[in-house]
Amino acid sequence: MVTSHDIKGKRKLVIAVTGLNAIDSPGPGVAVIRAIRECSDFEVRIIGLSYEALEPGIYMHELVDKTYQIPYPSAGFESLLQRLIQIHQAEKLDLVIPNFDAELFSFIKLRKELENLGIRSFLPELEQFEARHKMILSKFGKKHQIMVPEDRIINHVTDLVKAVAELDYPLVVKGKFYDATIVNTLEGAQKAFYQLQAKWGLPVIAQKFINGTEINIAALGDGKGNTISVIPMRKLYITDKGKAWAGITIEDASYIELAKKFVKVTKWRGGCELEIMQTADGISYIMEVNPRFPAWIYLTAAAGQNQPATLVKMAMGEHVDPFQTYEVGKMFIRYSWDLITDVSEFQKISGEGEL
Amino acid sequence: MEKLRYERPIIKKLNVGFVNKFGTQAKNEVVTNLEGVGVKELIKEFGSPLFVISEKQIRRNYQHASRVFKTRYPKVQFAWSYKTNYLNAVCKVFHQEGSWAEVVSGFEYEKALANGVPGSKIIFNGPDKTDDQLVTAARNNSLIHIDHFDELYSLIKLSEEFQLKPKVAIRVNMDTGIYPRWDRFGFNYENGQAWTAISRIMSCEHLNLVGLHCHIGTFMMESSAYAIAATKLCQLSWDISEKFGRHIQYLDLGGGFPSTNTLKGSYLPGTDTVPGIDQFADAITDVILGFGFRQEELPLLILETGRALIDDAGYLLGTVLANKRLSDGRSSTVMDFGVNSLFTSFWYDHKVTPAQEGGQYTEETVLYGPLCMNIDVIRENVVLPLLKKGDHLVVHKVGAYNMTQWMQFITLRPNIVLLDQSSHPHLIRKAETLEYLESVEIVPHHLSKNS
Amino acid sequence: MRFKKNIATSDTGFIFNPGSGDSFSSNSIGSEILAFFKEDKSRNEIIELICAKYDVEKNQLEKDLDDFFSQLRDHNLLDE
Repeated sequence: MVTSHDIKGKRKLVIAVTGLNAIDSPGPGVAVIRAIRECSDFEVRIIGLSYEALEPGIYMHELVDKTYQIPYPSAGFESLLQRLIQIHQAEKLDLVIPNFDAELFSFIKLRKELENLGIRSFLPELEQFEARHKMILSKFGKKHQIMVPEDRIINHVTDLVKAVAELDYPLVVKGKFYDATIVNTLEGAQKAFYQLQAKWGLPVIAQKFINGTEINIAALGDGKGNTISVIPMRKLYITDKGKAWAGITIEDASYIELAKKFVKVTKWRGGCELEIMQTADGISYIMEVNPRFPAWIYLTAAAGQNQPATLVKMAMGEHVDPFQTYEVGKMFIRYSWDLITDVSEFQKISGEGEL
Repeated sequence: MEKLRYERPIIKKLNVGFVNKFGTQAKNEVVTNLEGVGVKELIKEFGSPLFVISEKQIRRNYQHASRVFKTRYPKVQFAWSYKTNYLNAVCKVFHQEGSWAEVVSGFEYEKALANGVPGSKIIFNGPDKTDDQLVTAARNNSLIHIDHFDELYSLIKLSEEFQLKPKVAIRVNMDTGIYPRWDRFGFNYENGQAWTAISRIMSCEHLNLVGLHCHIGTFMMESSAYAIAATKLCQLSWDISEKFGRHIQYLDLGGGFPSTNTLKGSYLPGTDTVPGIDQFADAITDVILGFGFRQEELPLLILETGRALIDDAGYLLGTVLANKRLSDGRSSTVMDFGVNSLFTSFWYDHKVTPAQEGGQYTEETVLYGPLCMNIDVIRENVVLPLLKKGDHLVVHKVGAYNMTQWMQFITLRPNIVLLDQSSHPHLIRKAETLEYLESVEIVPHHLSKNS
Repeated sequence: MRFKKNIATSDTGFIFNPGSGDSFSSNSIGSEILAFFKEDKSRNEIIELICAKYDVEKNQLEKDLDDFFSQLRDHNLLDE
């Protein structure tokens, strides 16, 4: 069943991982690899897939055995497929774990073709992937009785008046793809609308402001509605870019129930991160769903539920039982480290596309 | 000793955090021939630039779309959207395949008649129809799609005056959840305007209401919008049947299906994101079939699909005039065709491929046209192998709107060739000449003497 | 106009400017020209050598060589 290379009874899996940009606003790839390498149930050869020549993971040779550059999603999935075929011929990939929001669409679309080549993946279906998109998250929430902040799609500045009347201040005005501003007046809302429209195009989203405590949850679904792992984490400190500097695993059954409900109704396959806001009166809203592992995913391994390694097992067809416990009070503190390399390595990856 | 293939020397900075050749493009696609006919040979025979249309591809597109709809719904009729490409040769291919004609002006109407389309198979759309044209269309038994109340009242008056009984439909605009909303055309559904128009028509014994029409937008990426449109048209049809006992014969869902071109500013290429025609067909036919009409009363479904049927059947071939390095070090290439011929370069990042084998090395290039106009840019940034003067390029998916919206400006319009089903080229529109251009000019007598 | 002396070139077409820290890559014909450059060959000698080896007209090569020099100048790889 498994295309593996036996080494002393353990199978050696060749796993391709993206998101090697462990920088100030980090991609999850390096953390995913670290967690996978820590699992003693299999041997791995890790193939890094990078977009840019300075993604730190490319140069972390103790974590990444070999890296190949791949084309940006904007080049189209046909280009991506051709490049993956080329890499597959050299490496005999068993599994690919994409970690960037922007590339997931392409990898989901290519899932069948990759499978035919013998490259597995463990990704949500396109419908699941799109249902969590922020443009239609509130529709999704209504359909499944999951609390998400009420919002209005704004196509014209005059729509704001109605949105304000219905949602009241403070109001969060959000761009189609990124950026959000909290406003307290109609003038402020209009200004934000024009700025976001100029930057990201239409529509703009007006969302009810939810005040509370922010919780992040890393969850892993089996694609049949079962939740295999849930780890809730509270950020202890965030950087000026809004990224976690430090965080701690916490215990609260309601978060775990919420994550299980999400995974159940979406039949989510693979990893995801739920961004939760809990109000003072104890209501938990799903603010956003990231359709992949978060950058802090190694904390799940540290807390006893190694989500990346478990994803590998499920992708390879192994049956896994849901985890029951995890360590509360496990912390991560992110730090930076100056990796040293030589210009020849940089030239090789940028000029030849592999290292 | 045979000499090696030459390529001009270049040097590229390995920019940090910048895309490299793998980051932008996996391979260099080269298109040396179109359906077996060499690009070089075509240019040699018909000149450069040159538009090429593939008859085979048109028929393939039509037959595919027709099959997709007809396997889902029993009564389907396509009407070729003249404004998308009204070259007679192109229109005739569509008519041979079984397409009616959909026109939006008097001259398009005449063109359709001259192409042999019976009046009863011409749909006359648009906000601009003169009294004469309305009378002609009514006498020819054409389907007149009324756009506004002024037109409705004109038609009532003309019908009484000339004792006509025209077959009419109204164009309905509506909220389908997409933006912009095309509420400038037709009668609005939500505010009751459409119903008012219908009631007025039903009260007039001269007008024969046979259909309902909508056209919700262009280059639509959401098939669900068509489901909403179909629902609203079905509802109107149902209400008409209940209130007036009148059976509506057809629902015309208009056009708007996208081609696989990549819209400017979109991150992913059109080939990845554009829904297939089957998704639109599912959305529309599921609604109509499930609405509750009796099997024998199912309305005819009319589609005015244009772009999706012709875009990828058209190519523009051109020649490199010059390579230039811009002041900031970027490379640029000047082609012999500009935005005057390739109007759609304002909308799309057209796919451009070299027509001859080149080296592996590529360069980011700005692609300019030959006009003395700063806006004459074909692609702001495209990765191409190192081109030299005289090399040829192929621009893909240019079949829709270019050969109708192009203009004679600084350069004249080039030849258009149709490759027939056995790939034999036929000239279907001759390159313009100065004589052609001046044939409609009149110089007043006092200016006619050369001094 | 000379190629800066301290610039490192490799057979695989990589160029490293230790003065600025910038890296570059060139196509094979570019690398060849750089190698001639380092051997202090004159412009005319380079033209002769390339024309003898590659299928190119002298006019074309002259034009492309000027463009190549302007690229080198833009990248600050020349001593004026």
